[in-house]
Amino acid sequence: MTGRRVVITGMEVLAPGGIGTKNFWSLLSEGRTATRGITFFDPSPFRSRVAAEIDFDPEEHGLSPQEVRRMDRAAQFAVVAARGAVADSGIELEEYDPYRVGVTIGSAVGATMGLDQEYRIVSDGGRLDLVDHTYAVPHLYNYLVPSSFTAEVAWAVGAQGPSTVVSTGCTSGIDAVGYAVELIREGSVDVMVAGASDAPISPITMACFDAIKATTPRHDRPECASRPFDGTRNGFVLGEGAAVFVLEELGSARRRGAHIYAEIAGYATRSNAYHMTGLRPDGAEMAEAIRVALDEARMNPEEIDYINAHGSGTKQNDRHETAAFKRSLGEHAYRTPVSSIKSMVGHSLGAIGSIEIAASALAMEHNVVPPTANLHTPDPECDLDYVPLTARDQITDAVLTVGSGFGGFQSAMVLARPERSAA
Amino acid sequence: MSTTAVVTGLGVVSPNGLGIKDFWAATKSGKSGIGRITRFDPSPYPARLAGEIPGFVAEDHLPNRLLPQTDRMTQLALVAADWALADAGVTPAELPEFDMGVVTASHSGGFEFGQGELKKLWSLGSQHVSAYQSFAWFYAVNSGQISIRNGMKGPSGVVVSDQAGGLDAIAQARRQIRKGTALIVSGGVEAPVCPWGWVAQLAGNRLSTSDEPARAYLPFDAEACGHVPGEGGAILVLEAAEAARRRGAKVYGEIAGYGATIDPRPGSGGEPGLRRALETALADAGVRPGEVDVVFADAAAIPELDRAEADAINAVFGPGGVPVTAPKTMTGRLYSGAAPLDLASAFLAMADGLIPPTVNTEPSPEYGLDLVTAQPRPAEIRTALVLARGQGGFNSALVVRAAD
Repeated sequence: MTGRRVVITGMEVLAPGGIGTKNFWSLLSEGRTATRGITFFDPSPFRSRVAAEIDFDPEEHGLSPQEVRRMDRAAQFAVVAARGAVADSGIELEEYDPYRVGVTIGSAVGATMGLDQEYRIVSDGGRLDLVDHTYAVPHLYNYLVPSSFTAEVAWAVGAQGPSTVVSTGCTSGIDAVGYAVELIREGSVDVMVAGASDAPISPITMACFDAIKATTPRHDRPECASRPFDGTRNGFVLGEGAAVFVLEELGSARRRGAHIYAEIAGYATRSNAYHMTGLRPDGAEMAEAIRVALDEARMNPEEIDYINAHGSGTKQNDRHETAAFKRSLGEHAYRTPVSSIKSMVGHSLGAIGSIEIAASALAMEHNVVPPTANLHTPDPECDLDYVPLTARDQITDAVLTVGSGFGGFQSAMVLARPERSAA
Repeated sequence: MSTTAVVTGLGVVSPNGLGIKDFWAATKSGKSGIGRITRFDPSPYPARLAGEIPGFVAEDHLPNRLLPQTDRMTQLALVAADWALADAGVTPAELPEFDMGVVTASHSGGFEFGQGELKKLWSLGSQHVSAYQSFAWFYAVNSGQISIRNGMKGPSGVVVSDQAGGLDAIAQARRQIRKGTALIVSGGVEAPVCPWGWVAQLAGNRLSTSDEPARAYLPFDAEACGHVPGEGGAILVLEAAEAARRRGAKVYGEIAGYGATIDPRPGSGGEPGLRRALETALADAGVRPGEVDVVFADAAAIPELDRAEADAINAVFGPGGVPVTAPKTMTGRLYSGAAPLDLASAFLAMADGLIPPTVNTEPSPEYGLDLVTAQPRPAEIRTALVLARGQGGFNSALVVRAAD
């Protein structure tokens, strides 16, 4: 293996069901779910009325009143997660050249919650076409352009290197980390604070997913509403959250004695060039992303111990990625546990890719594969081992995590133990 | 040795010209596209000028089925991509689909489309929101739609770093070419000239409130008073040099070097990061300051930001040490579209041996810049530097070199 290798040395997760990496892992490993009836607004006019919401008090997590005022909820998540990740890594960033520390935050829909609320005000409930600027909040520009999230994180951690938001829809959380990995590998930076955040549970987001019937109309038992790979599934459950990582070059992480969660051994993204929301059933482009990510990791399909699926819980997706796993991993797909944590924490659009990277790294950390909750009724077209209901103890040295999203983007990332090449 | 990324096609949608021919004719003669807003009645607002693209009729260029599902921004981007590919002489259907990708920058997405759907949501009810809202406004839409229209299945991406993003996208495109993809369509196109987008931009507190198109956007002038925003941008075709050579493509030049930084927290007293971005880009290109023939400035037209930019340029090149220009004084600031348009100008300037002017500005001597004003300046241009900064403190710099 040549060139600079990149490892995760710190992480923090804000996910529904409990803030912090520890609470997140308890939820996953116990197979509990965090989906519930929407409380943020009156959901009664909507077709889908469930979501995975976070009970989040920003001041309790160290944000000052002014930070809370100027940041959209998703920016608040990102800053809290970034500070947590830096603390977890034990890295002293002030000892680094700040120009060699960068930030990438993934987000699919940016400050959509803030924009929805502020539009309602400046348009006086949708009445004004010439919306009234005198009612605009001073930080409205930061909602307009979500790169404000990355600026806030950079300021919070003292980074001054290459920094951006990566916004590729529902693969943003994988692509933002992939982008960061490439910056370290090429030598442009030494450390990246990278992850993703989205807080999309707002009327406009619910309305547009209602319009395409992408979200589930099942609200009789909200805690069971997210049912990836289950024969009775009928759409995803919207979620929110963030996960941020500290990424470093392997050698320097070892020199400072850092705890290494995993190496990001391979990453690739491809597009289906087919439809903004539709997927072809053959999964060819996701399979190609997986193939290239494995190739970059110099690993064979047989080395993958666990697949963290996109598993959104739409029929279209679940069949698409099942096909992609078979196409890329061959027979090994049938022998590999596959699970979707969206069954427990919902689908937080751009954030979920990073939250799933965290789940993948924690599966390696604990040698436990998280389950797919609510999976009771097999779907004959989804015939892999989806780890129903209960987590499984299993030596987990390498994980494949994938994402698929609007715009046709398909991304794959391989996490592995850095010492594998010495074996 | 890394693969060299070259530019083989340009597609321009600018307030002062649609297509490279009209755009360059206007730009080198100092013709501005800035005027009073016509897309809505701007009279209630303190800023009333913009660089709007006149005469763009999406139906003339795109199939009808695409129109209801796309914001104006995406319509412009799709057409710019078509033109860039045509200029490059590339027929995507003839190339391996996984060997072509799309990396664009975004700023505010399809905001006008979003305003329409938010209005329906809050005035009529959630069931009136269009199915297209799920993707027509979001930041990834241009990359997605360009990849679909052209059958490009290779690595794609979308970056958002305010106005600096236009260069970050090109740098990411170069990265993908170095990793082995033969062709990447890249750049940025924006169209945030709608009342809701306007109010959000006003909140940023950087817009000029002048009503005189020739006096409103005056970077490096003692009377600088903010900028005029505009719509449009540019899409470029980047290719691996070897792939371009094999198919006998015309080459505008090479993406030679890149650097990016973000400023420290406002009020922290730290130095702005533009100089470091600039130095990193030069080092990455292996170019000495004396080899740079022209700098396309970010040109914020906010005194403090003009000062920071002049300081960075002077620190590296010496006072007056390099010709500097800001043709965006003719278009307004196009956000993520601005720097790709400047790159197009840089390549056209190389081909024509002319540095396009900064219009209207009377440069203040206190900045110590050799600003090219009023008339285009004849010059042999082999190497150009493009600078772009975004609100939040984003700084990016890109060095391009003429084809041998």
